[in-house]
Amino acid sequence: MAENKPIPLEFEKPLEVLSEQITRLEQQLVSHPELEADIEKLQEQYSKLKKSLYSNLKSIDHLAIARHPQRPYTRDYLERWDPNWLELHGDRKGSDDQAMVCGLVRFDDELRCLVVGTQKGRDLRAKQRCNFGMPQPEGYRKALRLFHHAEKFGIPIVTLIDTPGAYPGLEAEEHNQAQAIAVNLLELSGLTVPVISVVTGEGGSGGALAIGVTNRILMLEHSVYSVISPEGCASILWRSSEKVLEAAEAMRITAREILALGVIDGVIEEPLGGAHHDMDMAAANVKAALTRELKSLLALSPAEIRKDRQNKYRKIGAFVEAN
Amino acid sequence: MAMDLKDWFSNRRKRRERENLVPKQPLSNEEYCALWKQCFQCREMLYARDLRHNLHVCPKCQYHFRIGAEERIEQIADPDSFVEIDQKMDSADPLEFVDTDAYSKRQKQAQKKSGLYEAVLTGTCRINGHDAALGVMDFAFFGGSMGSVVGEKVTRLIEKAIEEHIPLIIVSSSGGARMQEGILSLMQLAKTSSALKDLSDAGLLYISILSEPTFGGVTASFAMLGDIIIAERGARVGFAGRRVIEQTIRQKLPADFQTAEYLLKHGQVDMVLDRLQIKETLANMIQFHQPLVEDPNRAFSKNGRSKVGSRTKK
Ligand SMILES: [Zn+2]
Repeated sequence: MAENKPIPLEFEKPLEVLSEQITRLEQQLVSHPELEADIEKLQEQYSKLKKSLYSNLKSIDHLAIARHPQRPYTRDYLERWDPNWLELHGDRKGSDDQAMVCGLVRFDDELRCLVVGTQKGRDLRAKQRCNFGMPQPEGYRKALRLFHHAEKFGIPIVTLIDTPGAYPGLEAEEHNQAQAIAVNLLELSGLTVPVISVVTGEGGSGGALAIGVTNRILMLEHSVYSVISPEGCASILWRSSEKVLEAAEAMRITAREILALGVIDGVIEEPLGGAHHDMDMAAANVKAALTRELKSLLALSPAEIRKDRQNKYRKIGAFVEAN
Repeated sequence: MAMDLKDWFSNRRKRRERENLVPKQPLSNEEYCALWKQCFQCREMLYARDLRHNLHVCPKCQYHFRIGAEERIEQIADPDSFVEIDQKMDSADPLEFVDTDAYSKRQKQAQKKSGLYEAVLTGTCRINGHDAALGVMDFAFFGGSMGSVVGEKVTRLIEKAIEEHIPLIIVSSSGGARMQEGILSLMQLAKTSSALKDLSDAGLLYISILSEPTFGGVTASFAMLGDIIIAERGARVGFAGRRVIEQTIRQKLPADFQTAEYLLKHGQVDMVLDRLQIKETLANMIQFHQPLVEDPNRAFSKNGRSKVGSRTKK
């Protein structure tokens, strides 16, 4: 249990102090039963503080939760949705990118889907194996192979997005990272099976969009989605890596803000404090939202499903025309 | 280009000052109007009119000067054949974005400075008599970045090509997606690529020309989706910028990294062309892809008329 205890973030420190106080008093409770009233008062204070803390989060706090090292990743969701899920590997061209996980999943007797998601890795070795969740071009081509597989067999697709971005490396450029992303955008547009994406953590630019051109886009409450990382934006537009807070606010990266911009279709609630406080509950919430959306999309014809997706993106943009 | 004697002297003075202070500094936009121009590569002094006649390629060392969208259109389209569409479209500044200054203010400044409305010009034209839809990006406006306007104009251009059943040509030059429009800019990658799926299904030819420089979101969407991809000599093209990669992998990159020749070596483009070859090659390619006989089984033959390439007018 101890190892699963959520690691507090910087803005959660006041909560942590209070929690430690409560624990100390509780240890003395046996010899000092009169402390019980104090403990109760502190606990009340604790839950009040917790509620107010999480209902007044800044963009940068959401970002910290989205990047929390204990945040549930694609494999955590897969295990909870279907303990018998079948992993499928490889791009068939010489590579199996571990930053991109693909598998066949049964939600229930009537609902099956292909899940494609980025994977960050929990311990150091896994992180390195998964390249910290940054796919190579081969990862996007692996995803594309399985998108076509799903299309062939009429299987709906769910994508889970949690990546800092596509990997910016020498080999990635040599193997044409840009083309791997671009082709996925084009091919996803043409699919006739329902496709739904969920941003579970970080939606990092083109590397996220490469598995994110979908009929519905959902975001977890504390997840973020942006055209460039707040760090990158700060260093380019403010010429200062210290303006991350300003950049994060200005770009409107949080789920609620992006919903208000009309880009995404829904926000999935997280357990208080973030998905890492209760992975089972987070997984159940995502599954419920996906089931609902998939069932409504499955009522459409294949041609309508493609049209629905293309119309969604056709409408995005904010401009004025002069005469 | 007509010019006051006074302007000429003032330009010459400015140029000399610049040369004395910072000898290797590239010339600014206003200097394009100057009568003389120095090659950045071989330092040769070139007569501006000759340089223009040579499509802004140094006749001595073949250095390709960066050119604007209007000049590019002049070089590719038959005289007076370009008909611009969606000329006046402005970003609505959906985020009311402010960094060290307001985005809305920066936009107005950019329009004033570049004489352009936005970072892409779109329209229809003829290329050696062949009809085509032509889009040209301009790096001088916000680094050619793609926001809502660029995404919408490129998408409408693709739709125009589908509607008129003509081939599509886009000349890219861009630093990537426009940060000031946040997630809406990112979604323009999806919007343009989705339109290209329809163009592809209609059996229409799309030729993408990569010019110096093309990076980020534009490379990761329509620029890399051409049926034929041409890199112009001297272009640098990639997904991530050189500096970002060097910081990430902490090693030196090869000198030719992300150059046109490097792209060719790694199978990313069909060919590298000198600027002087581009128009002829485009016309040739459009002509080549026209069907020789009418084939009623092809997806693009609608109403019994195949015209995948273009109608040819003389
Ligand atoms: Zn020269």
